[in-house]
Parts: sequence; C-alpha cells; structure tokens
Amino acid sequence: MSEKLIEIKNLKVIYDTDEEKVQAVNGINLTVNKGETLGLVGETGAGKTTLALSIMGLLPDKIGFIKEGEILFNGIDLTKAKEGDLRLIRGEHISMIFQDPMTSLNPILTVGEQISEVLELHRKELNKEQIDKRVEEILKLVGLAPERKDDFPHEFSGGMKQRVVIAIALACEPDLLLADEPTTALDVTIQAQVLEMMKTLKSTFNTSMILITHDLGVVAQTCDRVGIVYAGEIVEFGTVEDIFESKYHHPYTVGLFGSIPDLTTKTKRLKPIEGLMPDPTDLPEGCNFYPRCSKCMEKCKTIAPKDIVRNGHLIKCHLFDDRNA
Amino acid sequence: MITEKKNKKMIKKKNRFLSIVFRFKKNKLALFGLIIFAIMVFMAIFADFIVDYEIDAIKQNMQNRFNPPSKEHFFGTDNFGRDVFARIVFGARISLFVGIITVGISLFFGVLIGATAGYFGGKVDNFWMRIMDVFLAIPQMLMAIAVVAALGTDMFNLLIALSVSQIPRFARIVRSSILTVKGQDYIEAARACGTSNSRIISKHILPNAIGPIIVQATLNVAITILVISALSFVGLGVQPPTPEWGSMMADSKSQLRYHPYLVIIPGIFVGLTVMSLNVIGDGLRDALDPRLKN
Repeated sequence: MSEKLIEIKNLKVIYDTDEEKVQAVNGINLTVNKGETLGLVGETGAGKTTLALSIMGLLPDKIGFIKEGEILFNGIDLTKAKEGDLRLIRGEHISMIFQDPMTSLNPILTVGEQISEVLELHRKELNKEQIDKRVEEILKLVGLAPERKDDFPHEFSGGMKQRVVIAIALACEPDLLLADEPTTALDVTIQAQVLEMMKTLKSTFNTSMILITHDLGVVAQTCDRVGIVYAGEIVEFGTVEDIFESKYHHPYTVGLFGSIPDLTTKTKRLKPIEGLMPDPTDLPEGCNFYPRCSKCMEKCKTIAPKDIVRNGHLIKCHLFDDRNA
Repeated sequence: MITEKKNKKMIKKKNRFLSIVFRFKKNKLALFGLIIFAIMVFMAIFADFIVDYEIDAIKQNMQNRFNPPSKEHFFGTDNFGRDVFARIVFGARISLFVGIITVGISLFFGVLIGATAGYFGGKVDNFWMRIMDVFLAIPQMLMAIAVVAALGTDMFNLLIALSVSQIPRFARIVRSSILTVKGQDYIEAARACGTSNSRIISKHILPNAIGPIIVQATLNVAITILVISALSFVGLGVQPPTPEWGSMMADSKSQLRYHPYLVIIPGIFVGLTVMSLNVIGDGLRDALDPRLKN
C-alpha cells in the first residue's frame, strides 16, 4: 500500500443562500495516494468543483460551508486550519489549475511576473536572479520559450495560456495538483498535448493529482483510479480497470458510457441518460439517482443505498446489496 | 540595423515604465495635455524667477488700472493696477498645489476605504460605506465652509475641508471597480497560489481597476480648483491680495462688461489646466493597459 497524501472523510458541503440551502457535496470519502492520479467524473453541477474548492479552502465566503467531515492533508485537517496556515499550503503543497485559461491569468501582469509571484510567496530564500532562472526553467518544462516570460497573457493562444497556468501551478513542485477540467476550454489536439505534458510533469515531480473532468476519454488516458460523482456523492469508485473493464457497474456509470460513441458497435443513436440531475436544494429520499434510473426498485425510493465494496471497487447501489455477503 | 531594432524591442519588453512611456507618446492629444500641464507646473515652481511677487502681483498701482494687454503687461492690469500675468503665474501655485494635494489625500484615503469595503464586503463594507454616505450627504461646499468657519481660514484647513469632502467619491468609485474585478477567475487563481489579501488587492485588483480611478482623480483636480475659487469668492478661501485664479475671476466679474479679459484670462487658465489633466488621465489609462499595446 502506498502512502496516503490526502484523505477526505464524510465531507458535506452546503451553499447557504438567502432563499435556499444547496447540498453540493453529500458525504464524500476519498483518499489519494502519493504519486497517484485520481479522476473525478460527473455531470455539470455534481459537486466536483465544490470538492476541489473545499480542499483549497476557497469556498465562496459566507455562502459555502463545510458542514461535516474532515480533509486530512499530511495529517493536518484542512477544514479546521486557519486562513494564514492555509495560505502557506496553497501554491506550495496544493495547487489548482482552473477550468478556463482565458480568464484565470491576470491580464495586466506578464506571465513571468505571475509565475514568479508563487515563488516569491513560497520560496522566500531565493533571490531575484534565482527566481528569474526558475521561471525560465519552468517555462521550458511546459514547452514555452523562456524569452516569452515578458509577454502578457493576451499575447498567447489558449493552449499556451493553459501551459502558463500549469507552469504557475507547478512552480513550487506541489504534492497535490487539483486540475479542474483543465482541458475543457481547449480544442482536441491541444487537449492531447496538454494532458501528455501534465502526465510527464506529474511523474517528474512525483505529484499526486485530482483530475476533475466530464470526459471519460481523458480519464482512461491519464488516471489510476476513478470516482464517478453524482449529486454530491461518489456512486462508483475503483481503478481505471474496474470502471472501464468490469462487468458490474452503477446504473449511472452505465448511462455515462452509453452516452459516448463507440466505434466498434453499430448504433444509430447515442443513448443519453433521461432526465436531469436532482435539484440539490431538494434531494430525493432514498437513492439520489432513482428518478432517472432504469433499474429502479421499490426500496430505492425510500432507503439510501450503502457503499458496497468488493476488491476495492465501490458501487453505491441496491442492485449489488447481495454482493456484500 | 537589425540588432538595433532588436535591441529596441528588447528594451520595450524589458522595462515596464518605458513601455508605458512608449504607449503614452503615441497618444498625441495626451502628449499635448502633458506639455500644457508641464508649462503650468513650471510656471508655478519658477514663479519667482518669472515675475516679482511683491512689485508685480501685490503692489497696487492706481495710475495703471485696467490697462488692456500690451507689451509691458501681457495680460493687462486689473482694477488695482496689478499685472494680471504676474498674478496668473503666482496663482498657478495655489490652484495647482491645492488641487493636487487635495486629490492626493482624498485619493489615498478613498482607495484605502473603498478597497477594504469592496474586497471584504459584508459588515466591513456596510460600516465604511454608511460613514461615506453620511459625508456624501453634506454638500462639498457646505462642508468646506463649515470646517473653514470653525477652524479659521488658512491653507491647511482648506486642504482638510476639501479632502474630506472628496473621500467618499473616491471610495465609491474604487469600491465599485473593485467589485467588478473581484469576481474574476484570476483573482481566485491568485488566492489558490496562497497570495495574501493585501497583496491581491494591491497587485491584482487595483491595477485592473485603475482606469475609472484615474479619470475620477483628474476630474477632481479640476473640480477642486473650481471649489477653491468659489470659496475664495465668499471670502473663506484664499484671502486677498493673494493671487488665485478663481478669486481673480470672482473679483473681476463686475468689470466683465468693459474689461472682459480680466475674467477670460484666468478662465482660460483654469480651463486649460482642467482640460490638460483630463486628456492626461485618458492617455494614462490607455497607456497603463497592456492589452491596448501598440
């Protein structure tokens, strides 16, 4: 067993606004080992980004709250850590790649300044020349010409901006990288390049990564283990082989796979999952997925399913209740 | 030739300040404004070398009243026979000094309060902005009159009165520009790098929100110059015989019909200063934005 880097226990996050209480994350358990890539897959609004933000301690002020649970990072509970301590962890030990590289760079600072800012904050022992040198090194690592550090973000293309964002995230060689849909805003060719690069860099720095995406192809390509997130819960969790090869699946996972085109079989139409995600302000009793589930049984409507684990492959569904024994 | 060109490019890229100058120079109107303003400042600083304060600007000379502009008196003489040119030159000192210092002080506090209120929001926001609202409810003129009447008419009190009454305007402008920038992704990204609040405000938010602040500041210099004039007019501003553009206009308004130059000339100077500051502000705003480069 490899070493645990971060352990999330029964995490519950709510957004408390004037009108309503949104239950964004409802009891997620998760561990990430050192050097491992964990994929989180799910629809828009499933709570993937909220999970990432709670790890960073960046839930929106006065609205987002961690109601329950712990996030243990190297033994420190991030949910109870003080803002000042969190600030030291962010960027240095945990860093985040945001979804949209177009808007996540400051338009009036050169990319060099933005990369060196992280270094200035967390590597106080370095002097100006050393920081400069390091900035150039990192730019080279992400495949950009070091001379471009004096350019502004608007002088870069989308893929290059995402490289810059990754450069900022990796500047301090963090232990954990949270990548929130890092390739969603990019076109497919650039996407492949960026993923390949992230994979290489990850192994160079021995960084763990939580990759948030809704693209199963990306997951198959990069991840070691995968969690399928639905309505703030992990409904299926296992190694990539478990998710992609195993016979047993949560009906939601089956639905997800049914909605991507398969080149080997001949089908006229893709099968989308009927219906929408349940309203997170008013989650159904019992299983969250039952209103959309094709295999819904009577007990699904009243009793919430338990985590059923076999050989490390977790499925949260009544269909597999008997497998528990 | 090629290396020279390359060098030039390198300099442009390497040096933030030079690249701002480079972009500012491209805006001919702003450059023109800068020249005008530089002349005004030059006049204010070197007034003593241009004309003699006591003899030309203060001493009355009743034989030479209302001389129209001529070779000896570029701008003519006023109702006490004083050289208008000399008074304009010395007037620049007070008008510019008060205008710039006032805006400087109120800008500093306005940015501080507005940034804090806008960035932290909630109770902090409410606390500061309600205080600002109270100040905003008092007309600038009344406030200045009250302060000066209570504390006496000297330059320092005048500065305080004018500064305090302008702080709320800046605080509002700063707060609103900060609110628009605060929600951007790159601010979140900066926070995710472990950047502290004060650093986020000063390095990431304020530079992105600087446009409206600069415009407001240059406008306010102009407004301040006009307010001092008005205060001088009711006798609470600059005391006669000290030359000041606004009071020169006010003093001469009864002569408007037969000696219009006495009003027009200081008026032109106030107008030129205001206009030059406005175009400088515009040019500066554009030059500071790297997105508009070249």
